[in-house]
Amino acid sequence: MIRVNGLSRNYGLNKAVDNLTFDVAKGEVLGFLGPNGAGKTTTMKMLTCFLPPDSGSASIFGYDIVRDSMEVRKRIGYLPERSPLYSDMKVRDYLHFVGRLKGLAPPRLKSAVDNAVSGCGLESVFHSTIAKLSKGYQQRVGIAQAILHDPELLILDEPTIGLDPRQIIDIRQLIRNLGRDRTVILSSHILPEVNQVCDRVIIINKGKLVAVDSPDNLRERLRKSSVTRLSIGNSVPSGDITIALESIEGILLVSKEYDDGSISKYIIESEIDSDIRNAIIRKLVSEDIPLLEIYNEELSLEDIFIQLVTEEAPS
Amino acid sequence: MKKFGAIYRKELKYYFTSVTAYVTITVFLVLSGYFFFSIFRVYNLLSLQAIKNNDFSGNLNLIDGVMRPLMGNFSIILLILLPLLTMRLLAEERKQGTFELLLTYPVTDMAVVAGKYFSALTVYTVMLASTLLYPILLIIFTDPEIMPLVSGYLGLFLMGASFISIGTFFSATTSNQMVAGVATFGVTLLFLIIGWTAPFAGPTASAILSEFSILFHLDSFTKGIIDTRDISYYLFLSGFFFFLTLKSLESNRWKI
Repeated sequence: MIRVNGLSRNYGLNKAVDNLTFDVAKGEVLGFLGPNGAGKTTTMKMLTCFLPPDSGSASIFGYDIVRDSMEVRKRIGYLPERSPLYSDMKVRDYLHFVGRLKGLAPPRLKSAVDNAVSGCGLESVFHSTIAKLSKGYQQRVGIAQAILHDPELLILDEPTIGLDPRQIIDIRQLIRNLGRDRTVILSSHILPEVNQVCDRVIIINKGKLVAVDSPDNLRERLRKSSVTRLSIGNSVPSGDITIALESIEGILLVSKEYDDGSISKYIIESEIDSDIRNAIIRKLVSEDIPLLEIYNEELSLEDIFIQLVTEEAPS
Repeated sequence: MKKFGAIYRKELKYYFTSVTAYVTITVFLVLSGYFFFSIFRVYNLLSLQAIKNNDFSGNLNLIDGVMRPLMGNFSIILLILLPLLTMRLLAEERKQGTFELLLTYPVTDMAVVAGKYFSALTVYTVMLASTLLYPILLIIFTDPEIMPLVSGYLGLFLMGASFISIGTFFSATTSNQMVAGVATFGVTLLFLIIGWTAPFAGPTASAILSEFSILFHLDSFTKGIIDTRDISYYLFLSGFFFFLTLKSLESNRWKI
């Protein structure tokens, strides 16, 4: 559906996007992840035909972003960073204006505006001036203008930036709904967001592609050891506990994290692919050590991200 | 065409829902009204003296005595006011970031530029039309020639159209309204005064300098002469800067 092939763009000597290649399948929600200044926005500006690439090409639904720019623009809905809007206009007038620019004529225009308004929950502010709306509502207006002509592809640049937690949850829910029947590319530097919303993640750093995969696969790929956390009641001398734990097969390292006299907590690193929880429980029970809590620690997307970005950093 | 209409209507609505259009038109009317009054007062005095001295040489008429100096003054007021009308057009879009969205809609640059240009031109037409009061007063109370009035207004309209085109271009090149306004003012002023050095230059240079002058071409319109040379001068000036504006928008998509 969307093919990006060797896309590059420089700002002076600075390589903002460097030879980026990836595909997006129809109906997919793709997360674009990277630290600030990684080239996410520049890539999106190129995909939406605002900036021409210096080299490389991209096609969206078979249309080249440079040669068939008008055809591409008909098929995408775009929300730039900070959702720029005409703040002096009323929501109603603004959406009608954008609808006309997107080529919607009156009978269809009205139903398109109604759909976008109900889809984004804008009924209560429909007759308000945009400048007077909260940031969350302005963001919804931004999304509403993007989905107005029911585009096959939505490109959202940092859709939740600058929102409060409640608004973030709402906007994510909205994006998930929108992603059900269309392709969505969204950028973010907030990892849980990508984790919750996206089917696949592209991590870029300094304009270069670092990794492409689903959040789960990324997590799996980067797990070098598995970490188990334990809480133990202090009725047994701590030396005995350590000895008991270290005798279990597959355990690489035992370290005490915390001890307040009645409870102590341990972090256990074990070989990958071996679930040692059962062995730990058996051992502790047989030694009569009171086990209060045990759980496997998942590698968070934050860890993956930091791992990838720092691994790739020296160049 | 529909998209042009959408942009045109939006811009026009902005002019008339914000105070921009009203303030500009009011200031224009106050200043031009004062000029009309004072010029007419002087003309009145002169004609009284002419009667006293029995001097009916025929040099004194309303077109040369009132309307031509008035229209000359109009061009100075317009020089200051029209850049204020046009400086916002595209600079504000760049500043707010809406420019980016606008260029990613399936809209041609032509529709964007034409929508903006003609909205400002419409405000200017309203502005100019409201000064028709002065010639109407002349027609009611005296007996001026009609055709020079018509051609004079045509000249003013064409002159304003080229000022607006220059203003639209500078507004497209920057995100700072002030810069757009000052640059427009500078360039239009230069076009206005470029003819001043003509008398001191050699014959060839002199002709070129006066041909470039906005006032030189306005002059024949106010005399009642509609010359294709003058019309094409203004149309070329407007068209040239309109073209530059289009190129300025397009340059965003040029590969460096």
